[in-house]
Amino acid sequence: MMLAQLFLSFLQVGAFSVGGGYAAMPLIQAQVVERFGWLTMAEFTNLITIAEMTPGPIAINAATFVGLRIGGVAGALIATFGCILPSLILVSLLSWVYARFRSGQAMQTVLSLLRPVVVALITSAALDILFTAVSAIRPLSPDSFSLDWMNAALFGGALLLLRRWKANPIAVMAGCGGMYLLFTALTGGMA
Amino acid sequence: MNRRRKLWTLFSSMLYISAFTFGGGFVIVSLMQKKFVDQLHWLEEEEMLDMTALAQASPGAIAVNASILVGRKVAGWSGMAVAVLGTILPPMLVLSAVSLAYQAFATNPWVAAALKGMQAGVAAVIVDVSWRLGSRVVKERDPLAMGLMVVAFLLSYAAHVNVIYLILGAALLGIAKALWMGKRRAA
Repeated sequence: MMLAQLFLSFLQVGAFSVGGGYAAMPLIQAQVVERFGWLTMAEFTNLITIAEMTPGPIAINAATFVGLRIGGVAGALIATFGCILPSLILVSLLSWVYARFRSGQAMQTVLSLLRPVVVALITSAALDILFTAVSAIRPLSPDSFSLDWMNAALFGGALLLLRRWKANPIAVMAGCGGMYLLFTALTGGMA
Repeated sequence: MNRRRKLWTLFSSMLYISAFTFGGGFVIVSLMQKKFVDQLHWLEEEEMLDMTALAQASPGAIAVNASILVGRKVAGWSGMAVAVLGTILPPMLVLSAVSLAYQAFATNPWVAAALKGMQAGVAAVIVDVSWRLGSRVVKERDPLAMGLMVVAFLLSYAAHVNVIYLILGAALLGIAKALWMGKRRAA
């Protein structure tokens, strides 16, 4: 039952993520965090962090990670297969349509309206991830948001480095991890 | 090149490209172009460009879509199978290893602290990406596209409307617009 749900969830991720890369992110969040609660938002944010630092598409990374977590090796295989099955079918179909009708123009029109919506969805997921990143690990009371000042500062610095100087994203993420570790050590560990 | 050798070359090329590609579908597509067009001469430059456009237009990961198209063109159905396998194997193996380590280490306070800091970095990377993508939409000055972006953002972020409905809605709108434009051209 769990395996069937895993398969169907990642089938939807594969079928509805158009535009590659980050387009899969909001879909994975919707299935894995909001719908089934397989991961918390903090774990999901860690997963995206890991996916950014390892090779391969985010969707395949997420399918393997969540699949292993929920259903072991079988779960990982089933989730990954669910994720690529729509591609296997639709890409063959679309390449046939493309060759047959040369409908590049119509496809461009459809994509030109899909793109702004995908951008909006990525932005929405980005804000959720930002919120998770700058909220403290242990809030003082469960229903009040408490700001992690160190991470808010790191976020600001990282964004500046990326936008102004086009810094390497992996170096920026690793740097943030190192700085936070140093900060934790200097402020007296995890006590 | 005999068939078995061709399949092996296809598989090992995709395995190698996929294992060493960080950061998104476009990077992997340009590496595929270098390998299959410039080095092996299995594809024409034009073909690779068409395949890139198709891979991007189809749902799913761009890298997987591109390997489906290239594999099928080069060696039929079995070519498609080995190319896809070569593409997904490296991320599956790496993530399995990471996942085992994650279970063991996530409770360690120092690892948790490093991950917490890295969250700030990944948030910056993704905000930067959506900023860049968003300003590209704004620069095109198409009021329909801009309006859709704002409405979709509000529906998703504030009203928590299901992501899939928003994508389906935009696709239907796009199809309607394409049909309308086609009809106008015919008239």
